[in-house]
Amino acid sequence: MADIALTEANANADLATRAEITRRAGRGDARFHFLTLAAAIVVLLIFSGVIISLVIGAFPAIKAFGLSFVSSSAWDPTDDEFGGLPSIYGTLITSVISMLVAVPVGIGIAIFLTELCPRMLRRPIGIAIELLAGIPSIIYGIWGLFVFAPWFQEHVQQPIIDATDGIPVIGSLFSGPPYGIGVFTAGLIISIMILPFISAVTRDVFETVPAMLKEAAYGLGCTTWEVMWRVVLPYARTGVVGGAMLALGRALGETMAVTFVIGNAHKIHASLFAPGTTISATIANEFTEATSKLYSSSLIFMGLILFFITFVVLAAAQLMLRRMERQAGAK
Amino acid sequence: MIISQALYTRRRFSNSVFIGLSIAAALFGLVWLAFILSALLAEGFSALSPLLFTASTPPPGQPGGLLNAIIGSVLMSVAAVVLGTPIGLFAGTYLAEYGKYTRFAFVVRFVNDILLSAPSIVLGLFIYEIVVVPMGHFSGWAGILSLMVIVIPVVVRTSENMLILVPGGLREAASALGAPMSFVIRSVTWKAAQAGIITGVLLAIARISGETAPLLFTALNNQFLSTNLNAPMASLPAVIFQYALSPYNDWHQLAWAGALLVTATVLVLSIFARLLEKKRN
Repeated sequence: MADIALTEANANADLATRAEITRRAGRGDARFHFLTLAAAIVVLLIFSGVIISLVIGAFPAIKAFGLSFVSSSAWDPTDDEFGGLPSIYGTLITSVISMLVAVPVGIGIAIFLTELCPRMLRRPIGIAIELLAGIPSIIYGIWGLFVFAPWFQEHVQQPIIDATDGIPVIGSLFSGPPYGIGVFTAGLIISIMILPFISAVTRDVFETVPAMLKEAAYGLGCTTWEVMWRVVLPYARTGVVGGAMLALGRALGETMAVTFVIGNAHKIHASLFAPGTTISATIANEFTEATSKLYSSSLIFMGLILFFITFVVLAAAQLMLRRMERQAGAK
Repeated sequence: MIISQALYTRRRFSNSVFIGLSIAAALFGLVWLAFILSALLAEGFSALSPLLFTASTPPPGQPGGLLNAIIGSVLMSVAAVVLGTPIGLFAGTYLAEYGKYTRFAFVVRFVNDILLSAPSIVLGLFIYEIVVVPMGHFSGWAGILSLMVIVIPVVVRTSENMLILVPGGLREAASALGAPMSFVIRSVTWKAAQAGIITGVLLAIARISGETAPLLFTALNNQFLSTNLNAPMASLPAVIFQYALSPYNDWHQLAWAGALLVTATVLVLSIFARLLEKKRN
């Protein structure tokens, strides 16, 4: 395109040449426009390709088990009997545990960074927290298995089991031998991984709260706590929930870290300290070893279910965050 | 004026409890980071040796290194980034420059953000279905494609964000000089957003260099040094996965060394990306 720069030759060109140059530029423009459009369509193709290929791959299992796949706990590769319930349950319960820990702590970190932290420390601490998100999943896995689980087993699980022994409901939640690995450990490690997502989004939406609102509340004599709880949080509610949903989407699909520390048992236990499995851990562990067609198809079916759940959660998160953005833009 | 001392004390008290909890939350995050990094350094450093970079993965009980895994990882990551970046950049350009507020652009943006956070293991299943099954075997190419599917959404998101930040006045000035739109985008808008786009690419590399799940059933693994993209290929994360879950102590050592290498790469990349971002601001 540089040839259309205003050179002397161009300036003196006769009308026909100029028309030709304009046409060529127009064609170049159209080509470029088309290229970018094609790239955008590639994104759509990947997305629809994921859905279509999963449905096709899962089809034998869908035909064999139908909807009862979701409610069946059978897992017997030798008899070709498969059910997704233990994995789905494990996925949901580890996500719930991780959210229970990560949401309050993530919001706490965001409050600390926006309101309490000395300005000088704000950046380094913010970056350090975000580095937690940068550490690859598999590193959490190997650390969780060799370092965290043994420590957790000795210093946390045993005391909790001893302390809650005999208490009706809580006792059974924390019953059984302390394995170190298990559903609770997996949930806890996921919570560390998603913490930065929650605190980053929350921090961003906190910063959209008009300073005037906060100053007015401080001017009335509110304490920091009252300003945050009664002014900032209600204002930023949609964004905070959106951020939490985004993190939930990550938690649901978390694979490698979970595979290392959950114990991979196709069982549903009342105790949170017992080993279990999640959809992604089951796929990661068993997919390359799936011997029969129905076996691998069942695993793909679970992948489809996982994709569907995360799609719903992430779509809700998107819509909420978009709404928050528009709200901030309108101000 | 009546001052209720009790109310005042209570409010002060709940405020300090809340401040204490917030500080505790920040410490909670930092403690984990320290816990993980110190374990990595302690376990990984003792396993570092020159052999790591000169020998391939050994059978249990024999000395060996990670050469095949390092080469496989670098090869697949570089190829995925080289192939994925143009697509991501073009799609991001479409959203920022052409599509803007159209319905189509909204859908692409929405779908892209879903792909950005979708479980990578599901994306791996997708590549397995469309590449590994028709080819009949695992291959380096399948690994590259699965990483590409992860790179593209990251680059789309960051390049759109960066292009939007370029002031409209720059584009108008170039257009007023008679430059066609495609020329304006390539020589003015892209140039202005360069640092931001590079940041996005660095983040994408950081993201895929630790990616394990999709590689397990696309590139699989390979015990030997191989640069044949039509054959199964080793990668650091896949080796870490296999070796860490094995019962052999010397394999655990290698897994820790690999973990240290991967984490160091990722952290250096993300810090570098951040510095670049700061410079831009």
